[in-house]
Amino acid sequence: MIYETLAERTLAQAQLRLMNGGPGYLPRTEAFLKPVLEICLSHGIRIIGNFGAADPAAACSRIAQLCNELGLRKPKLAYVAGDNVMDGPARNALDKARMDQRELVAANAYIGAASICEALDDGAEIVVTGRVSDPSLALGPLMHVFKWGWEDWDRLAAGTLCGHVLECAAQVTGGYFADPGIKDVPDLANIGFPVAEISRDGVITISKPSGTGGCVTVSTVREQVLYEIDDPASYITPDVVLDLTNVRIAEAGPDRVTLSGAKGREKPRSLRAMACYKGGWFGEAEISYTGPNAVKRGRLAADILDSRLRKLDIPQNRVDLIGVDAISGSCNADPVSLAQVPEIRVRLAVETSTRERAQIALDEVESLYLCGPAGGGGVRNHLVERLSSEPVLIPRELVTSHAVKFDEASHG
Amino acid sequence: MAELSVPLHKIAHARAGDKDNRLNISLFPYDPAHWHMLAKQVTPERIREHFSRRKPTSITRHDLPVLGGFNIVLENALGGGVNSSLYLDAHGKCLSFHLLSMPILLSENCNV
Repeated sequence: MIYETLAERTLAQAQLRLMNGGPGYLPRTEAFLKPVLEICLSHGIRIIGNFGAADPAAACSRIAQLCNELGLRKPKLAYVAGDNVMDGPARNALDKARMDQRELVAANAYIGAASICEALDDGAEIVVTGRVSDPSLALGPLMHVFKWGWEDWDRLAAGTLCGHVLECAAQVTGGYFADPGIKDVPDLANIGFPVAEISRDGVITISKPSGTGGCVTVSTVREQVLYEIDDPASYITPDVVLDLTNVRIAEAGPDRVTLSGAKGREKPRSLRAMACYKGGWFGEAEISYTGPNAVKRGRLAADILDSRLRKLDIPQNRVDLIGVDAISGSCNADPVSLAQVPEIRVRLAVETSTRERAQIALDEVESLYLCGPAGGGGVRNHLVERLSSEPVLIPRELVTSHAVKFDEASHG
Repeated sequence: MAELSVPLHKIAHARAGDKDNRLNISLFPYDPAHWHMLAKQVTPERIREHFSRRKPTSITRHDLPVLGGFNIVLENALGGGVNSSLYLDAHGKCLSFHLLSMPILLSENCNV
């Protein structure tokens, strides 16, 4: 059972939490595992998850504690170490490669499947990782079972493709797919997560548990095959460079789809790392307008904010009219259709170096109640510290990852 | 032959993804027979114009006849990427449907 729970945004948030004295693993780890731990441990179902985020050892500690609380036996736990490249030989290379000269607070390399495989070979029942490449979460157990060669590029490509289509879970079983009346998906509220079967020669079959909602079709699968892909001929992972251009997708029965034809090339000499910097404070505030002339009143509010922020010298800002032009800007100023917009929301977003400066900007939206156009309502604020991130390439040989058996005694 | 303008949405589906400051949108016609017509009409030039407000610095369309679709890549279109953007939709996830609003000319004997 694989849990892929980490994104660029969630890892940055975990680093920030760790810096502020909170747990560096994902807070939902417990919620994810609680319902399945007993069944998995009693049926020999091994669990691999990247919910370790910025602190996989601490996640192991919490899982051991959770098993204890649930009256379960002690599982064999392991974690993957080595993705942190803040120290050690990788740090120099990181400093040379990064463009951003702000204060570096964390840097994690996307590492491959080998350490997951090593942990499973050593008998781990639950393997916790931090930043590994998402498809490696599936390739690791496949390498453990099939003992494919680490230079058998086409097999590594097949395992990587398998992990790639699984990595967003229900996004391959009808999640993020429904377009009512155009491409409908049954019973989305009870959507089933994917089940992948893969043969020794690398043919993948995607399905989902019976009695669940969602659907698995050629179209749900192919949307996911290209998800977050740059050049489909060269999807670069730490394990292999995957060529998707000749992947064949075919229906093999109701809610069963096969994928074949993944090709692989030699893995890259560098690993991609994500460097996180203090990104300052990010604030958003919104106010609504409805009824006759709503768009014009919203535009007036936006103009007021624009001029106030200029006066306050807060240049990193943008003002959007949600419902008109906040996302695509496709609602081109046709006055007749704009006059018919039933309600809009004016949104201010700012980035500042201090919390106080951001709050000053957001207060300008609150002020629109008294000092802005008629009929504004529903002001909400949101203010968070954030880490910005930058991708950096680091020579592979400077990053050494390995599996670590989790020993409760040494982690309290 | 008479031609009919329809939104791309009538004949194709799409999904957007992000990596750093790069947006990619996959595009698949429902009817494989429409692939060549999309290749002709959903050109990088038209995509650039359609996404002009996002100011992408480059646009690449990868043609994928075996998969039956295209992968469209817009560089630097996300206002810095999900951890630094000021955009409401910092991932650009909604933009697949912005692409699907692009008008396409169909011959009238074409099946929709």
